[in-house]
Amino acid sequence: MATKHDGDLTYADVTPKTVYYNRRQILRAMGIAGATLVGAKVFERLAFPPAQVAAGTKLNVTVKSPFSTTEKETSFDDVTHYNNYYEFGTSKTDPSRNAGKFRISPWTVSVEGECKKPGKYSMDDIIKLAPLEERIYRHRCVEGWSIVVPWIGYSLSNILKLAEPNEKAKFVAFETFYEPGQMPWASSSGIQLPYVEGLRVDEAMNPLTLLCVGMYGESLPNQDGAPVRLVVPWKYGFKSIKSIIKIRFVKGEPPTTWNRYAPSEYGFYSNVNPNVDHPRWSQATERRLGEIFKRKTLMFNGYSDQVASMYAGMDLKKYY
Amino acid sequence: MRASLRQILTANWAKPVAFSACLSPLGFLAARAFHGQLGANPVEFLQHFTGDWTLRFLLITLAITPLRRLLNLPDLIRFRRMLGLFAFTYVCLHFLTYIGPDQSFNFAGMLKDVAKRPFITVGFAAFVLLIPLAITSTTGWIRRLGGKNWQMLHRLIYVAAICGVVHYYWLVKSDHRLPLLYAVILLSLLLYRLVALLPLRPRPSAERSIAT
Repeated sequence: MATKHDGDLTYADVTPKTVYYNRRQILRAMGIAGATLVGAKVFERLAFPPAQVAAGTKLNVTVKSPFSTTEKETSFDDVTHYNNYYEFGTSKTDPSRNAGKFRISPWTVSVEGECKKPGKYSMDDIIKLAPLEERIYRHRCVEGWSIVVPWIGYSLSNILKLAEPNEKAKFVAFETFYEPGQMPWASSSGIQLPYVEGLRVDEAMNPLTLLCVGMYGESLPNQDGAPVRLVVPWKYGFKSIKSIIKIRFVKGEPPTTWNRYAPSEYGFYSNVNPNVDHPRWSQATERRLGEIFKRKTLMFNGYSDQVASMYAGMDLKKYY
Repeated sequence: MRASLRQILTANWAKPVAFSACLSPLGFLAARAFHGQLGANPVEFLQHFTGDWTLRFLLITLAITPLRRLLNLPDLIRFRRMLGLFAFTYVCLHFLTYIGPDQSFNFAGMLKDVAKRPFITVGFAAFVLLIPLAITSTTGWIRRLGGKNWQMLHRLIYVAAICGVVHYYWLVKSDHRLPLLYAVILLSLLLYRLVALLPLRPRPSAERSIAT
C-alpha cells in the first residue's frame, strides 16, 4: 500500500485522544452492540417464524346442514396452523410451512373396484356433482385435541351411488396422492405411504360422512387436505383422509395406514370412544383448541344418534 | 487457547453469563407469549418446550464430566450445579403444565394416570428422582452427607435421564428422530463413564475426587 505525504490530511482528521486511548473498549462495545443486533434478529426469526395460508377460492354454499353443531367454531388461523399431514412434516406447524407449493390442479379422483360404473372425476365434476353444504362438525384427533370446523361438501354417498357398487362391495378403500418429489418430508414420517384409509360400506354411505372440498366459505387450504378430503366426524381424525385420488369398492377390510403402523394402538374402526383408551394415553378427555383445561370426550364424538345403530351388538373394546 | 478458555471459565462474570444463558429459553417463551405466538395449542407448546429443555439441561449437566476430562478443563465443574438446578427448574415447569391444564390440579386423578400410563410413569419417576438431588445440591448438604454418599445419591441423575428419554420416546407417534438423538447422546455420555471405570488406561488420580 502506497503512502502519500502531499498534505491532504488536516488537523480534523486526527483521531481524538480519548478515542485513541479507549480504542479497545470502543471496539469491544461495537462488537457487543453488533452481536446483540444479530442475536436479536436471530431470536426474532426463531421466535416468530413466518407462515402463510394461500388464499382459497370462494365456494357457493347453498345448504346449511341440519347436522351442524352450534358450538363455537375454532379460528381459521388455528385450523390452518395446527395440522397432522405427515407428507409435509411431522410437527403440527410443518404442513402450514411446507404444503404451500403442493400442486392440486389438475386433479382426478378415480372411483373404481366392485361397481358397475367406475369413473374418473375432475375437481370441476366433483364440485358440481351435488349442492354444496356447510356442515359444522366437531373433529376429534386421536392425540387428545379437538376443533370445530365449518366444512363444505356433501355426503360421500352422492358420488358412491353414481358408481352403483355391486353386492361384493363390503368396504370402501381410499388413497391419498403421494409424490415424494413434492413431499420430501415424507421420508422421515415413519409411516408407510401413500396414506390409505377405509370404511365399511354402511359407514361410507352414512349421511354424516362428508366428501369435503372446502372450509370457512372457501376451498380447502393445502395443509388441510386440498383439494378434496373425507370428514368422518364420529371417528378419530386420522380416518378423515386428505387429498384423495382413489376411492375403491372392495370385498375385504382394506389396510389402513395407522393400523398398519401400530395395530394395537389404532384400530380399523377408530370410533371416538371415551371408554376405550389408547394404550399410551386416556381418551376420556380432550383439549379443544383455544381452551386451557380439558373437556369430556363424547361417545362417537357426540354423533351417537346418527351412527350408534351401525355398531349394535359389536364389542367396541374389541373392534376399537 | 486453553489458557484463555480457563481464564473465561474462572472469570467472575462467567457464572452470571451462564445463568442468563440458561434463562434465555424462558425469555424466548415470554417473548412468544407476549406476542400471542404460542400457536394453536399453547398448553401443548409449553409442555413440549419445558420438556425439551429439561432433557437438554440433563444432557448438558451429564456432559460436564466427560468434557472436563476430554478437554482438560476442570473448571467446568463450577457450572455443573447451576446446570443441574436449571434442569430441575424446567422439569418443575413441565410438571406444572401437566398437573394444571391436563389434570386440573386433581392429584388423585394424577396418581391414577401415573399408575396407568407407562409414559407418564417414567416421566413422573424422572421428576421425583430429581427432587432429592435438587434439595441436596447445596454445599451444606455435600458436607452433611459426605462426599462419597453424596456422589452415590447424585448418580440418580443417570436413572432420571434415562427415564426422561424413554418418556419422550413413548410419547411420540411415529417420527422418532429426536428422541433417538437424545438417546444416542445420553448413551454416549453414560458409556463414557463406564469406559472410564475400566482399568484399561491409567487416569490422573487428582481428578478422581471431584468427578462423578
